[in-house]
Amino acid sequence: MVTLLYFASLRERLDCAREEIALPAGTPTVGGVVETLRARDGRWSDAFAPGRAWRVAVNQRMADLATPLKPGDEVAFFPPVTGG
Amino acid sequence: MARVRVQQEPFDAGREIAELTRGRRDVGAVATFVGMVRDANEGAAVSRMSLEHYPGMTERALEEICAEAAGRWDLLDVRVVHRVGPLEPGDAIVLVAVASAHRGDAFAACEFIMDYLKTRAPFWKKELTPGGERWVEARSSDDEAASRWSGGGRG
Repeated sequence: MVTLLYFASLRERLDCAREEIALPAGTPTVGGVVETLRARDGRWSDAFAPGRAWRVAVNQRMADLATPLKPGDEVAFFPPVTGG
Repeated sequence: MARVRVQQEPFDAGREIAELTRGRRDVGAVATFVGMVRDANEGAAVSRMSLEHYPGMTERALEEICAEAAGRWDLLDVRVVHRVGPLEPGDAIVLVAVASAHRGDAFAACEFIMDYLKTRAPFWKKELTPGGERWVEARSSDDEAASRWSGGGRG
């Protein structure tokens, strides 16, 4: 299992702040998790459609689609940041 | 070296600077930046704002940005304070204070830390306008400001 977190506009669009999902089979990566999310209903496939601007962090460090995952990892999805 | 804080409460820039330099005799320059909440953005009046962040990652990202600055310039100490939660126009939202022996390092590092904070630290602003609440969109000009520093090195 991995924990998925969603922040800001992405959390509101998906109406989900946190969930746990099983790791994709094979060599799990962030990309595999994103494929799982895209296969859900339209709200999810739209939020993660190619070209959508979102960022991902694994265990609180910026990551990308190729980042490998292991059980217990914390994977966070969020829009481009707007602090400062 | 660097100390970073994320908090709801207002901060006192003068007190932060005093704490940064207390008891030191080697500081020749302190450069500070204070970011404020404006009453207008993208053509709309802004009456209120709220800031969300990613607890844990935020502090880590800020510490890494400060460490990167310390690797590029000769710094004696750094302080970053960023507010979250509800804010109003006129409120101070972020403070960066950099102490060094000479002003060149302090000025450059202060600007670098802000440019990287704007593109790497996980904060998100939601503002209230006459048209309702809206999430602030990231700006490409912020990415361009941060990319200025990727040529690397001092200078």
